[in-house]
Amino acid sequence: MNFALTIIVDGLIEASWLFIVALGLTLVFGVLKILNIAHGSFYALGAYVAATVVTMAASKGLPPALSFVAMLLAAAFVASAVGLMLERGLLKMFYGRDEVVLLLVTYAVFLLLEDLTKLIWGVNPIYATQPYDLFGNVSFGKMYYVGYDLVLIPIAILSGVAVWFGLNRTITGKIVSAVIHNEEMSASMGVKVKRVYAFAFAFGVLLAAFAGALTAPKISVQPGLSSDVIILSFAIVVIGGLGSVEGAAVGAILVGLARATSVHLLPQAELFMIYFIMTAVLMFRPEGLFKRETARRI
Amino acid sequence: MKQGLHPVVMIGLVIGAALFGRALPTWTLSLATVAASNALIALGIVVLARTGNVSFGQGLFFAAGGYGVALIANVWGITDAVAQVMIGAVCSGMLGLVIGPLIARYTGIFFGMLTLALSMVMYGALVKSAALGGSDGFNVGRPSLFGMAFTDTREADFMLYAVSVVTTGLAGIAATILFRSELGLVSLAVRENNLRVEYLGLSANRIVTINFVIAAVFAGASGALALMAQRHIDPQFAYWTTSGEFVFVAVLAGYQSVAAVFVASIALELVRSFSNLYLPNTWQLVLGVFLLGVILFLPRGIGSLWIRDRHKKNKLPAQIPVTVDTGVVP
Repeated sequence: MNFALTIIVDGLIEASWLFIVALGLTLVFGVLKILNIAHGSFYALGAYVAATVVTMAASKGLPPALSFVAMLLAAAFVASAVGLMLERGLLKMFYGRDEVVLLLVTYAVFLLLEDLTKLIWGVNPIYATQPYDLFGNVSFGKMYYVGYDLVLIPIAILSGVAVWFGLNRTITGKIVSAVIHNEEMSASMGVKVKRVYAFAFAFGVLLAAFAGALTAPKISVQPGLSSDVIILSFAIVVIGGLGSVEGAAVGAILVGLARATSVHLLPQAELFMIYFIMTAVLMFRPEGLFKRETARRI
Repeated sequence: MKQGLHPVVMIGLVIGAALFGRALPTWTLSLATVAASNALIALGIVVLARTGNVSFGQGLFFAAGGYGVALIANVWGITDAVAQVMIGAVCSGMLGLVIGPLIARYTGIFFGMLTLALSMVMYGALVKSAALGGSDGFNVGRPSLFGMAFTDTREADFMLYAVSVVTTGLAGIAATILFRSELGLVSLAVRENNLRVEYLGLSANRIVTINFVIAAVFAGASGALALMAQRHIDPQFAYWTTSGEFVFVAVLAGYQSVAAVFVASIALELVRSFSNLYLPNTWQLVLGVFLLGVILFLPRGIGSLWIRDRHKKNKLPAQIPVTVDTGVVP
């Protein structure tokens, strides 16, 4: 019983930050129809900026609570600035091209960012563990959890609800949904599609960077982070259905639990399990769990 | 490829290219070997892309071929280079026969995602299988050719180069014949509209499957060649960035010409080794800029430099009218 609880709690912790990353990926796909391989790089960028800010704050003697907030803000700001510049400066040149070509453009961006982060921060791992002790330890019966890990869960739920609310209950959200459904029609209704694209992309990047900043104290920030994260968040959005917020949540929980289960029971099978689930979902419901099939044109 | 070029002339060109290796300096020789083997797998992607489906998981077959050859070489001691290429092709071809029919009904981004997922399943399994050396992989002995063992490294390099160039060259000739054949032409029709092909009484799924298996065979042979060149295999063969690089070569080449695949592969290897030499820490940066430049300025790939109007009918439906940018509907 205790064992099952351990797996579930570990799975949910894992799912929480993965969900935030996947949320950004699925939004960008929904609006721009781009499967963004560079999304993992923005996660890494967020983690790097956060680690730098935390180290700076610690050397200045600021209290950890303040540096926690500072690192989140800084990471989100830097990454979304970079994201906005990329969308306006680069991606817009490729709109209207084949989706595979767009995928390759983001692959090129991934390669660029990979080396740029190495140039700026070097290849050695960076640690920013100060905020990790912020919320103390929590005990469940015989088990102890780091409070910081548990705090991630409500943060993820909050982000999910906020995005869902923003998309479904606000005017801005309605406009974005209109662009998702039919961009030509919304353009003719006076929606500035260009602007929606830019903000949707920047917002997706912001989510990725936010997740990166949140997890930075948990991990060692080093090269290779981006390709690991993108491959996990790909699996999540494909399982849930590309472009679906609810799907991303279910996908993240599935992947989180699958990871935790295999780590505890069968450590050999971790990546294998996740991709096995993804393949199974694709085989039986290629549109993902949460997306209706669309009629095709003949 | 020019319409008039006879297969016999092409065979002559391939033999010429293989013998030309005698005149090349050592570093060019190994570069050309890698380029030839990458061209082979990218050629498979081009063959498949003519049906409108791009595989982001050719690493699966690359690894299947490589591991198949490596295991058979270590267990039964088959070291002959030509036999190894054939074993690699057969291993992956059989895997392709199993996966092809299952995957053929998917199109577009789902096809790409599914192939990617399958290759990552393979990667995940390989990384954790202790019997196959886990993430470190294992080593394989030096290949021989028709009973001759090569102790001199220069001779061994040349042998490898010759085998790679001849294999890739033969595959290129086969692909040219395929492109001109009924199957090749109907593959283009599947890309344009698979439902209409079905209405004509053909099975679009079967056409995609056949092309998929061909791509798998090419990838397996390429895996065998890569294994011989490195004499080492590890799960990285199946990782998604490896597959991404092959798609990169295919896109660089464009989907119109077999010759362009070779040119693109050589271009990529040159860029890689020169940036390795002069900018050792930023070669991915150079690669990324190179890729963006090609997509931006040569949207139909390197092949479009010498193939122009004649293939206009076959081109990708890339020019979807972009109206969202200006907000004006025509």
